[in-house]
Amino acid sequence: MAFNRKHLLGIKELNKDEIMTILDTAESFREISVREIKKVPTLRGKTIINLFYEPSTRTRSSFEIAAKRLSADIINFNSSTSSVAKGESLKDTILNLEAMRPDAIIIRHPASGTPYFLTTFCKSSVINAGDGTHEHPTQALLDALTIKQEKGDFSKLKVVIAGDILHSRVAKSNIFLLTKMGAKIVLSGPPPLVPVEFREFGVEIDYNFDNALKDADVIMMLRIQRERQGKNFFPSLREYRNLYSLTPERMEKAKKDAIIMHPGPINRGIELSADLADSSKSVILKQVENGIAVRMAILYLLLGGGGK
Amino acid sequence: MRILIKNGRVIDPSSGIDETLDILIEKGKIVDIKAKIEDTQAKIIDATRLIVAPGFIDMHVHLREPGREDKETIETGSKAAARGGFTTICCMPNTNPVNDNRGVTEYIISEARRKAIVNVYPIAAVSIGSKGKELTDMVDLKDAGAIAFSDDGQPISDSNLMRRALEYSKLMDTPIIDHCEDKSLSQKGVMNEGYYSYLFGLAGIPSASEEVMVARDLILAEKTGAKLHIAHISTKGSLEFLKIAKEKGVRVSAEVTPHHLILTDSCLATYDTNLKVNPPLRSKSDVEALQEALKDGLIDVIATDHAPHTEDEKNVEFDYAPFGINGLETAVSLILHHFVNKGIISIQKCVELFSTNPASILGLKNKGKIQIGGDADITILNLHKEIIVDKNKFQSKSRNTPFHGWKLRGTPVMTIVNGKIVWDER
Repeated sequence: MAFNRKHLLGIKELNKDEIMTILDTAESFREISVREIKKVPTLRGKTIINLFYEPSTRTRSSFEIAAKRLSADIINFNSSTSSVAKGESLKDTILNLEAMRPDAIIIRHPASGTPYFLTTFCKSSVINAGDGTHEHPTQALLDALTIKQEKGDFSKLKVVIAGDILHSRVAKSNIFLLTKMGAKIVLSGPPPLVPVEFREFGVEIDYNFDNALKDADVIMMLRIQRERQGKNFFPSLREYRNLYSLTPERMEKAKKDAIIMHPGPINRGIELSADLADSSKSVILKQVENGIAVRMAILYLLLGGGGK
Repeated sequence: MRILIKNGRVIDPSSGIDETLDILIEKGKIVDIKAKIEDTQAKIIDATRLIVAPGFIDMHVHLREPGREDKETIETGSKAAARGGFTTICCMPNTNPVNDNRGVTEYIISEARRKAIVNVYPIAAVSIGSKGKELTDMVDLKDAGAIAFSDDGQPISDSNLMRRALEYSKLMDTPIIDHCEDKSLSQKGVMNEGYYSYLFGLAGIPSASEEVMVARDLILAEKTGAKLHIAHISTKGSLEFLKIAKEKGVRVSAEVTPHHLILTDSCLATYDTNLKVNPPLRSKSDVEALQEALKDGLIDVIATDHAPHTEDEKNVEFDYAPFGINGLETAVSLILHHFVNKGIISIQKCVELFSTNPASILGLKNKGKIQIGGDADITILNLHKEIIVDKNKFQSKSRNTPFHGWKLRGTPVMTIVNGKIVWDER
């Protein structure tokens, strides 16, 4: 198998073969979650720490369930309940946790690059569960698994990613992954949130969302963070909705069988109309389901001796 | 005691000297310069195959004292300077308390007199507390020993304050040194904005945040006729404005740091906080423009912006680390290796950038030159000696260098300050 890594830091570092190995492994793990006894002993005796410095429901519970279905022991550690409040440095916190001999540390952190910082002194595997505005590799992998199930060959697809590209680690990881797989990507959103330099990643930019949507196979909507309002990235949510909300009318520009994706949580009625979120075109809940399989695959490949 | 430096290649751009000469030093002054000097009583320094230059001046350092003596002190900073080949350093006022009054200026000068092994000149604040509201008593500060004025680290955002500071500085003809940055444009940025900031997911500082302030300052310097010095210039756009202003005869000078001349924003792939610096490491095209400007004389000075920080402060997430690079002990070797030994600039030009020009900008009449009667501040260089940068050998209290482990050819080997050998690593 083409996977021989200790850490999962980002999609940037992975090659196409490694991505395919993860997706294939994930595909084979899906079945476990539909068994009556949803558990295999693969990672029995492994200890994993889920270290979240940002609020998260989906990703944290997805990793937790993935670990448990593989029989690993996982503990959750949230910054609000930790010694962070007492002013301990991240490095000290990690060194203390490492003294308890975990096999992997899953980290989400608001500062970009923090998982890379950890690898400079950590003995355990480091898994990036989202770092700042940098990467969210497991999200891109579960998105890719979903696209692959729905559409097959990546190289024939037009994928539109719309919204706050600048601050989105999900967009970043998806851009890295889908360009490696040969898909055509068009970014759309207000110009302050979609810098022209993104073209250097091998994507197109179309600030006119209606144009961008033409003949799209996959539409990924990003959550627009309300706190961006008032910082002049766009004038108002009203204007944002008028220009970049995905509505049934706009959806007609895309291919008939186009799918709608969203990393969640959704602002219903802002970036995505409620009708579409609940429609058959939406694969949002499939994404969540695939999240378990992808994270099982990652844990298995990093800890289970998959390729080592 | 007399010191006789023999057989060195003496380079003094101020007089155009570049020949093998002997130099005799007595009581802190240069007393004789000629082809052969015999003096059996003097301590002889054999400078064969070495460059003998007027003492190097770093007009932009942070010594952290008073206030953050855990990072650096006047004493340790001066030792770092001596080891790095500098005979004179000028320390920025962003200490705690800020050097905005005679008390702090005099404290720095008296500490330096007691403990420093190189010349230390304080740069005083432009505004009280460097808060950008009210001017300091500039004439009083100058009288106390301040050599220039700057709110470095706290850019002057109020254009009217900048205008008044420039106007008022004409009483002393002392330069106002500005860290050009529009904070409303740099926001919470931690690296140069562009392809790499998007690649690494780090918040960007646009080059425009420097350029709009460079343009503003140049316009105000022209209107007022005052002396302006632009600190750590870092972008191609800033250089374009500087060029226009110099052609118009504006009294402006500019400095560049070694790190801005050598490193680019692409280096941040490792999230090494030792590369986090403000202004940030810029793009390849900016760096190329800076190198070009160094060659053609648009840039006047190389200064380090020596910014010591403790390991604990730097050993954190990238966003949370303080800005700054420890520069005194690597600057000269970096420039000799990357520019002089590669033939990009001549050794004469190098001496101008490190000594002649800063002395003239700061009005240090007896420094920056090798002449009879001048201060016996001498930097001796070996262009051929190879070194490996080792942060553990730093005299600085801090170790925050991105150059640890770099192999460099060309290094300062002896530093003489006021006729005393303060560093000898021949």
